[in-house]
Amino acid sequence: MSLDSPALAPNRGCRDTPVLKERGQREVFCGLTGIIWLHRKMQDAFFLVVGSRTCAHLLQSAAGVMIFAEPRFGTAILEEKDLAGLADANTELDREVARLLTRRPDIKQLFLVGSCPSEVIKLDLARAAERLSGLHAPHVRVYNYSGSGIETTFTQGEDACLAAMVPTLASTTARELLVVGALPDVVEDQCLSLLAQLGIGPVRMLPARRAADLPAVGPETVFALVQPFLGDTHAALIRRGARHLPAAFPFGEEGTTLWLWAVAQEFGISRDHFDAVTAAPRARAAKAVAAHAATLNGKSVFFFPDSQLEIPLARFLARECGMTPLEVGTPFLHAAITGPDLDLLPEGPVISEGQDVDRQLDRQHAAAPDLTVCGLGLANPLEAQGHTTKWAIELVFTPVHFYEQAGDLAALFSRPLRRKALLSKGVAA
Amino acid sequence: MKLTLWTYEGPPHVGAMRVATGMTGLHYVLHAPQGDTYADLLFTMIERRNHRPPVTYTTFQARDLGADTANLFKDAARDAYARFKPQAMIVGASCTAELIQDDPGGLAGALDLPCPVIPLDLPSYQRKENFGADETFHQLCRALSKPMPRTDSITCNILGATALGFRHRDDVAEVTKLLGLMGITVNVAAPLGSTPADIVRMGQAHFNVLLYPETGEGAARCLEKTCGQPYTKVVPLGVGATRDFLHEVASLTGLSPKVDESALRLPWWSASVDSTYLTGKRVFLFGDATHVIAAARIAATEIGFEVVGMGCYNREFARPMRAAAKAYGLEALITDDYLEVEDAIAAAAPELILGTQQERHIGKRLGIPCAVISSPVHVQDFPARYSPQMGFEGANVIFDTWIHPLVMGLEEHLLTMFREDFEFHSDAGPSHHGGKADLREVPDEAPLASVAGGALPPGFAAPRDISEQMKPEATAPLLGEPVWLAAAERELKKIPFFVRGKAKRNTEGYAREKGVAEISVETLYEAKAHYAR
Ligand code: SF4
Ligand code: SF4
Repeated sequence: MSLDSPALAPNRGCRDTPVLKERGQREVFCGLTGIIWLHRKMQDAFFLVVGSRTCAHLLQSAAGVMIFAEPRFGTAILEEKDLAGLADANTELDREVARLLTRRPDIKQLFLVGSCPSEVIKLDLARAAERLSGLHAPHVRVYNYSGSGIETTFTQGEDACLAAMVPTLASTTARELLVVGALPDVVEDQCLSLLAQLGIGPVRMLPARRAADLPAVGPETVFALVQPFLGDTHAALIRRGARHLPAAFPFGEEGTTLWLWAVAQEFGISRDHFDAVTAAPRARAAKAVAAHAATLNGKSVFFFPDSQLEIPLARFLARECGMTPLEVGTPFLHAAITGPDLDLLPEGPVISEGQDVDRQLDRQHAAAPDLTVCGLGLANPLEAQGHTTKWAIELVFTPVHFYEQAGDLAALFSRPLRRKALLSKGVAA
Repeated sequence: MKLTLWTYEGPPHVGAMRVATGMTGLHYVLHAPQGDTYADLLFTMIERRNHRPPVTYTTFQARDLGADTANLFKDAARDAYARFKPQAMIVGASCTAELIQDDPGGLAGALDLPCPVIPLDLPSYQRKENFGADETFHQLCRALSKPMPRTDSITCNILGATALGFRHRDDVAEVTKLLGLMGITVNVAAPLGSTPADIVRMGQAHFNVLLYPETGEGAARCLEKTCGQPYTKVVPLGVGATRDFLHEVASLTGLSPKVDESALRLPWWSASVDSTYLTGKRVFLFGDATHVIAAARIAATEIGFEVVGMGCYNREFARPMRAAAKAYGLEALITDDYLEVEDAIAAAAPELILGTQQERHIGKRLGIPCAVISSPVHVQDFPARYSPQMGFEGANVIFDTWIHPLVMGLEEHLLTMFREDFEFHSDAGPSHHGGKADLREVPDEAPLASVAGGALPPGFAAPRDISEQMKPEATAPLLGEPVWLAAAERELKKIPFFVRGKAKRNTEGYAREKGVAEISVETLYEAKAHYAR
């Protein structure tokens, strides 16, 4: 791939492709699920869901083993009496929070996370957060956002969380780069190291690992997103005067290079220096991807909506692994954010937003793709019907960004196909 | 509000899903927000089902709130019928829909669908998963089954097995086999493996076998009333309970309770001398009431353990639970807070925990072996192999499962003999389990050098030198609590880990009783002699 020869780009991208918008039954997680990775990233934060037993059960089912390792999240389960009088619900909340903070004095940031029940009964968690911030200042800062299923889908929970933090960040007039989106620590370190080698800095991260490291923001701040699902955070940062650097997302060799180049250009880095810094990791990434592209090349892929990562991932699979996307479903389409990826995604697939799961299953059956990317509620049933699936949540829970993970990312998609081949040989033998 | 980090049970609509997913030909239309579809993966992943649960969620969103949600529900119900053509439908609300007060029953009724539609009223803010399953099955029986002439030969229904039930699949098979040995055929086993049409013909059975009171008692009572069918009260978990169960069935049917026991191995395995070391091992039991009550009987009378604690998370069965615990001189622990369970286990210092997946994690934290006897469980407790808990094969499975986590007999003896052995010590763990056995650091200095320095290595303390023993622990003692002197504490560490907890408790109890404020090596051995049996 060459950065400045658009001739190598596909004939036309998908930016102008009409989008199939659907409403109907959705088979997706709610935004509460974001807590599962956010609480690992923010080491002095506690996430307190105000919700029902369903919310608690969802977190526990999605968190698997993690629930047992001194969890920094929990659910304040609403009871009958809380539904009867909101005044009492506030008193109850204050009491539970006070008790929690006594038990966990290491907590510096507390997130009150709204759920469907708390939204429906109009429990004002924003006011509660203000009140509690006052009560527990300066030791603990209390934020509020909603992760409810009626408002947020899966990764949007992270967006809502980060967007809630933006208005409270300190102001600055310094010219700084802000990298936005929770990344696994190892990937974050790789990202920072590449930017440092390029000579770009200072670099701040949102979210930060600890409250003390929270970035400041102002008119000289430029920010780059590492996750495509950060629409509200994007808007909140722009309201603070920061400027967005649009770029393809750092998946695969190409995505990472384009992402870094967008930042490098902003900071006036020369092409020669850029090439010198990125040549070796680019070669490594290309080589690692090639090992899996052999399996993936020429295969078709169908994405059910899940995380909003679908468009950049389809772009990676199409351009670096030779796959043919048939349908790319996404829960939401932020054209301003995924535009650069849509430009690169070869024309052809149906781009769908929203879901009517039964109809989408009908389309998937008709399309009979080689690989179907879907949630865990659909994966085994589809496998049982003979389809090969890749469960999508792993793409959020596994380090997949930037050069060194490009091979791992391709492997996530090639593994189910290799496995299918292995097992069918076994049965035949 | 109650802060919850982990729950033993899901919300009641998950119980209704367990009924619907266990059946075929039944469809559940659930008024719920989009995120509630998470529950599907309990069935597709943990239980590894090869089809989607038969549930349509309305997945309403914030913008639908107001007038639109009722229409959304009606559309969803109509579409679900058109697509799946079920024999019957159940309709209800999840916790959020309960708040917006659409009436699923009324809305669905107005659609005039060409199949029975059974509304469910599951109070999400008061009740939980087991109630949801029990109530759903109960409502199905109430709506569909009716009195019928009895079958010519003696038949029964098996009640209570559901999707996502701990070993329900194999328990139904095992109990069916047992009944077959007595000459009884199964009319309908439900909900698991049945259809609404099967529920309609339940009335023709002679009696009902209530396998799981938690999820089948409502239906059993309902059928007793409407169809005049008696139901069994003994759950065939364990050898004794299985024999009692057969006698109970015999008294209901007039058939002989004597059946072929040639494949039953638990009694001999337990009697064989290899099992002698199991005698009096301290065991703590927690789970759903049915499994815990049954496990206590097996532990105490069929394996020879000492039951040192028992309890359940389902309040509905607190009364039988308390009564059962009393028989072992115990106070039952009724709680759904795992932190309370952890505290109780730590206080009882058992050598084996029998519980749910949560107790497994508690066991791991406390370093106590554990086996799983009850829901909730994870994917590994939905095994590929045949592994019932009930009946005679169930007893065999139970023996193997419970004994496996314990240190094996010979190993235990050698551990006692070479307590402080550098590669054979408490932190090394049982030999047949995973985990790396770390070698213990062996001090390099010769004992003499240490003597010169004034400090003796452990085990070398000269009998007259009491200076070490008189040195209290650094931490301030609680008022009235006996304090371990340093030497005594070292001596305690030499006791094999699997009896150390018991030795510690006994010694402290003895010290308290005798008004001894400081526990010395002497106290330790006096206590040992005192408790020797
Ligand atoms: S370790 Fe615990 S949480 Fe993880 S799969 Fe097993 S039982 Fe479930
Ligand atoms: S969808 Fe709503 S009610 Fe369901 S778990 Fe998520 S926040 Fe809770």
